[in-house]
Amino acid sequence: MNASFSRRQLLLALLATPLVLSACGDKAPKQPAFRNLEGVDMSSADFAKDFSLLDTEGQRRTMADYRGKIVLIFFGFTQCPDVCPTALTRAVDIKEQLGEDGDKLQVLFISIDPERDTPELLRAYMQAFDPNFVALRPTEEELAKTASDFKVFYQKVPTGSSYTMDHSALTYVYDAQGKLQIALRHTQTAEEAVADIRQVLALSK
Amino acid sequence: MKRTIASSLFSLAALLSLPTLAQAEVTVTEPWVRATVPGQQATGAFMVLQSSENARLLGASSPLTKQVEVHEMAMENDVMRMRQVQQIELPAGKAVELKPGGYHIMLLGLDKQVEAGSSVEITLEIQNAAGQKEALKVNAPVRALNTKAAQGHQGTHGH
Repeated sequence: MNASFSRRQLLLALLATPLVLSACGDKAPKQPAFRNLEGVDMSSADFAKDFSLLDTEGQRRTMADYRGKIVLIFFGFTQCPDVCPTALTRAVDIKEQLGEDGDKLQVLFISIDPERDTPELLRAYMQAFDPNFVALRPTEEELAKTASDFKVFYQKVPTGSSYTMDHSALTYVYDAQGKLQIALRHTQTAEEAVADIRQVLALSK
Repeated sequence: MKRTIASSLFSLAALLSLPTLAQAEVTVTEPWVRATVPGQQATGAFMVLQSSENARLLGASSPLTKQVEVHEMAMENDVMRMRQVQQIELPAGKAVELKPGGYHIMLLGLDKQVEAGSSVEITLEIQNAAGQKEALKVNAPVRALNTKAAQGHQGTHGH
């Protein structure tokens, strides 16, 4: 028997918000509607606009640094055995499958566990996937603000003598102008993600 | 605990024919541990377990670290949740997968890097239908940190 987890209606409501927004957001005729999106249409979302965080080299980064790039933002932590390496491995596959357009991709990994994710650890972790992936390490205060700005859920969960993190597993995808367009679900394959990302790429062409 | 007449008879039959009675024959296939980078204190171990009779996995241990836990990962409304579980049921003849997106054995409090190409010894604590505990040693090869989850159907295990 599986241990069942308690259902959190609150979360459902929170995460359903962009869906509701996008469903009635047809006032912008310039914005072509996405077709057959596997992920979530976030083009009408009025959040997850910007951040100001240090990268592993100690440089402060904001969305403006990545203008011209299709930015993928994922929140995670390195002690994560499963979802985070899977999401980052998928990001590697996405970049590869995009071919020439792969160079336009910038993957940002925002740590939700700055207590354990030191800059050195984050740097080594990114290297294991792609040296061009950038990890951002917020302070606890910055994390709280960024998570709130991005409507990202994270929670420390004690386990034995340690702790793990529950967290949102969506990957946000931004167009070349730095505008949030879609969110990839964790269950999407690299192929499905690439199909969605190509639609975001098309917006900038 | 709850032993039916049928299972008692079955045990009796086993007693007459097999020298290793009540030994839940648990086979482990494709065990692996995800490699870490220096400074990373936790990683996961994955494998497929199949028991000849009803059994359960109660826990695990490893010379690598004292902190070994059995966890379950579940996606709920696009939020990843991970919880320690007390046991995993191993129904007779059914392959139970410990894989990314579901159950895994968590190795915590690591004080050195787990490098791809090495292997990790893990001893599984199995309880058979008769309530007896057995230890099952597994040697799990370490695979690269960027190893893919089994062909894209992660996160879909049912409740």
